[in-house]
Amino acid sequence: MPSMRDIKRRRESVKSTGQITKAMKLVATVKLQKARVHALETQPYFNAMYKTVKSVISHMESTTHPLITGNGSKKKAVLLMTSNRGLAGGYNNNIIKLVDSTLNPEDTIVYAIGRKGRDALFKKGYEIAKDYSDVINQPLYSDAIAIGKELLGAYNAGEIGEVWIAYTFFKNTVSHIPTMEKLLPLSAEDFEADEEEPDLTMNFEPKEERALELIVPKYLNSLIYGGLIQAFASENGARMQAMDNATSNAEEMIEDLSLQYNRARQGAITQELTEIVAGASAVE
Amino acid sequence: MAEKQMKVRIISPERVFYEGEVSMIELNTTEGAIGVCPGHIPLTAIVEPGILKLHEAGGVKEAALMSGFVEILPTQVRVLAEVVEWPEEIDVKRAEEARIRAERHLADKNWDQARARAQLRRSLIRMQLANRK
Repeated sequence: MPSMRDIKRRRESVKSTGQITKAMKLVATVKLQKARVHALETQPYFNAMYKTVKSVISHMESTTHPLITGNGSKKKAVLLMTSNRGLAGGYNNNIIKLVDSTLNPEDTIVYAIGRKGRDALFKKGYEIAKDYSDVINQPLYSDAIAIGKELLGAYNAGEIGEVWIAYTFFKNTVSHIPTMEKLLPLSAEDFEADEEEPDLTMNFEPKEERALELIVPKYLNSLIYGGLIQAFASENGARMQAMDNATSNAEEMIEDLSLQYNRARQGAITQELTEIVAGASAVE
Repeated sequence: MAEKQMKVRIISPERVFYEGEVSMIELNTTEGAIGVCPGHIPLTAIVEPGILKLHEAGGVKEAALMSGFVEILPTQVRVLAEVVEWPEEIDVKRAEEARIRAERHLADKNWDQARARAQLRRSLIRMQLANRK
């Protein structure tokens, strides 16, 4: 049986860990509230963007542009969004697992946003092309523009033939879904015919091909930004949950240890009393 | 008021910027300035920096629209704006600084001239709109 001092020391240590996890939970909660509002505010833009690009593509007459048919390169690029810090439960692991099971290291290069994902995939043998880990702490639209430009440049140069995005979709506070989507090429099958205006003859100014080239960067930017916002909300949601669990575990442990400590103390007192009584009776 | 109205939605990444009924919307595209009235043919155009004018029943509303694209459908107009601001949101001081910076870049031949010109144009539009109110 551990001594009273050991139990006491252990209890103190659990207590201070509990305080830390509690503080982290509070921080994550505050961040989550902001991120959730933000995620809701940005939602209409992405829905509208998706809808518009869908209708643009379905109303185009010719679909032989490299942005739609592909450019022949076998390389795949994945933009992976994870967190910079751990202690967020399965958040990082889930998305990394999904990426690793869908793609393989031989023909994939990684554009990493978030240190955890970068390190994990690097260990698995993936090539890391770029690292934007600072972005995830505070996602800005201008960051999305810079990343989008980089990816599109590599695609247009023929260095990569497919662009994927991997992020964690923030469904609600408790449910976050690891998601992978193909951004480029925009295969026509992914965009079914526009159900709202099926027979509309859309005019383009400038011409279709040129318009597509101008719209696609904006489409990429907006999806990247949307992914960032979702990932940020999910990260804080996951961390809040993980820290909540840790805090309640710590409380449970403190309760158990307190019980053990009190028992040990009672035992010690009883023993002392017995010794005194025994000593006194020996003197008599 | 017998004038025909149409639905307009202007959406930016941060928020739904504007949603309402207008009789005409004016904006700049890559092909030049256009005004869209109800019954316009379906058209998708790319936005160039300029002043956006919304002709509402009660008057004209203006905003600085920098980039994005516009999709004109028979029943409505959708503007997907990457950067759009109401006049009262414009930071005049920042725009002024941007103008000075852009002019310096224009004088410097090593700089990307097209980018500097675009920068200058954006700052001038912002200042023009902000000073008018």
